[in-house]
Amino acid sequence: MSQTPISAAAVNDDIGEQTRLELYRSQVNIREAEQRAFDLFLQNMVKGTSHLSLGQEAVAAGFAVAMKKGDLSFCTYRGHAHTLARGVPVEKVLGELMQRDNGLMRGKGGSMHLTSEEHGVMGSYAIIGAHLPIACGAAWRAQYKKQDDVTVCFFGDGTTNIGAFHEALNFAAVWKLPVIFVCENNFYMEYTPIGDVTAVKNPAGDRASAYGLEKIVIDGNDADVVYRAAKTAYDKARAGGGPSLIECLTYRHSGHSRADPAKYRPEGELEKWKERDPIKIYRERLKSFGIGDDVVAKIDAEVRRVVDDATEKCKAAPNPPMEILTTDVYADGGWAWRN
Amino acid sequence: MAELTYRDAVARGIAQEMTRDPDVVFLGEDVAKAGGVFKATVGLYEQFGPLRVRDTPISEQAILGAAMGAAMTGLKPIAEIMFSDFFAVCFDYIANEIPKSRYMSNGQLKCPLVIRTGNGAGSRFGAQHSQSVENWCMMIPGLKVVAPSSPIDVIGLLAAAVRDPDPVIFLEHKSLYATKGEVPDGEILDKLGTAKILRPGKDATIIALALMVPRALEAANRLASEHGIDCEVIDVRSLVPLDTQTILGSIAKTHHCFSVEENPRLCGWGAEIMSIVADEAFYDLDGPLVRITTPHIPLPAADILEDAILPTVDRIVERVRRTLKG
Ligand SMILES: Cc1ncc(C[n+]2csc(CCOP(=O)(O)OP(=O)(O)O)c2C)c(N)n1
Ligand SMILES: [Mg+2]
Repeated sequence: MSQTPISAAAVNDDIGEQTRLELYRSQVNIREAEQRAFDLFLQNMVKGTSHLSLGQEAVAAGFAVAMKKGDLSFCTYRGHAHTLARGVPVEKVLGELMQRDNGLMRGKGGSMHLTSEEHGVMGSYAIIGAHLPIACGAAWRAQYKKQDDVTVCFFGDGTTNIGAFHEALNFAAVWKLPVIFVCENNFYMEYTPIGDVTAVKNPAGDRASAYGLEKIVIDGNDADVVYRAAKTAYDKARAGGGPSLIECLTYRHSGHSRADPAKYRPEGELEKWKERDPIKIYRERLKSFGIGDDVVAKIDAEVRRVVDDATEKCKAAPNPPMEILTTDVYADGGWAWRN
Repeated sequence: MAELTYRDAVARGIAQEMTRDPDVVFLGEDVAKAGGVFKATVGLYEQFGPLRVRDTPISEQAILGAAMGAAMTGLKPIAEIMFSDFFAVCFDYIANEIPKSRYMSNGQLKCPLVIRTGNGAGSRFGAQHSQSVENWCMMIPGLKVVAPSSPIDVIGLLAAAVRDPDPVIFLEHKSLYATKGEVPDGEILDKLGTAKILRPGKDATIIALALMVPRALEAANRLASEHGIDCEVIDVRSLVPLDTQTILGSIAKTHHCFSVEENPRLCGWGAEIMSIVADEAFYDLDGPLVRITTPHIPLPAADILEDAILPTVDRIVERVRRTLKG
């Protein structure tokens, strides 16, 4: 791919150039698409709500790139990133955010429920904690049918304080399920700092021992660190070693949702985290492994073109037709509840 | 043909489906080694083993969430919630997750599962272990809701529920577990969305569900012998899908309709059916639509108090007689 000579460190590296470029492309793709979603929101073209992962790209990218085809993702309303990271086209995601007919679910789900079964994205869930038990069920199916896929479930720091989190962790541990719980600790629930409402310092990590699990707290802004943690957890799960709970320390650059200006954050906090911007970190990483600026610039341009193109297609796309209002309530395709 | 209890019919229905389809799995609290708190699942663990019949922690959200995730990805789980009152602690799955994933995903996700639960009063357990919650379920688009009244219906409707591609709430009545009925040998498969006329009649239609069905039948016999009123008794069986044709057809013949509902009065299933009757069969009616329900109060524990508020045979007889004969 790159014409630049690769350093010895890169040759002996556990991750390798091709994977690194994938990790980079995935993060940039999320960054560009999320930034575009925000811009479209300001133009009143993204309706309803939206929860961006700007600043949290490394978690989604690291876990997704380490997955195999057939592995399953369960996300939250802050799930555009995880959906894109599994290879769902930007147009499909933006289309759903813009509530157009070309959206992933043709406008029937909305930004909080992105789902693409063919990519292993088994839904995005907007009731805090709901999907942790559901992810257990998907993993139970793999265990029961002796299939070797793993299920990865993403959620926030605030989610560790709801009952479903604790039910799911215990259940997964007792049944030794091949499920990975990924807590993206961005230090805030909605507007309240997580430390103000949580009895322990590490909302996920400090709970792990209650379920007989190892405390794993990692730098969630370094895609290499995330990728390695993901691989270790997947290998363990595939080998029958049961679940993992991984807390990724990260930070969202934008507000909680929509145009939340995030005034509740202390001065200087955002700036401090921006120095540890995952994309900035990763550009430096690529450079340190001898990958040239031209390669990086080419990826940036390609991603930008895809996002631009998707934006235009979405703007031109029609609204969903009325015929789909009553489809797929029941498995027969319709909504009949009586004869 | 053999006589079977409603309780044993549950185990037989589950066993029938687990034998037929290896993707059918069963989970719940105390359901495996202990055979269930109502002893309705005795023998399944021994027959199908620990991978298919699984005890869970006391985690109703985990039970239903796991059933949903398994159903979405290819299994056909049967999940037990010990008492239907506990739906309240896992209602997110019943109201938000299980019924809506197909619609929200524009048909990408499926959720073929059965939630079995012990429903209803008569055990003197008080307000949190005795409720009839069918109306909690009936109001949610995307669910199917079934409540059998006899052993043969338990097996047939349970089989239909397991084979159905949609999520089905299967309400077993706790006070019926010990009742008996004739059940043929071999596979039994019924159809969701079908009501059953259990007693034909020409003067009035009585629609009932679960424990109220035997009471409605007894009332009909007394109305006939003591008052010369010939009632048609319909076991609604399936609230969603609802067999309105059987009900409306009966009213076209009898011109009177009574519902016997165990649920507290407001928003009971009978209210929905009566509104359909008022809307679509108004000109068939020769009298008011009458709902006989539990009053709108929590359930008391003491036997004499509980007995006093559930619809009784006496109350049914009296309401029907008064309405028809003044
Ligand atoms: C059961 C429930 N309670 C409250 C909410 C409202 N709510 C939406 S997002 C959110 C914050 C969640 O915080 P966290 O888990 O840290 O995730 P983040 O948004 O930071 O990614 C809350 C309280 C909800 N959706 N569901
Ligand atoms: Mg958070």
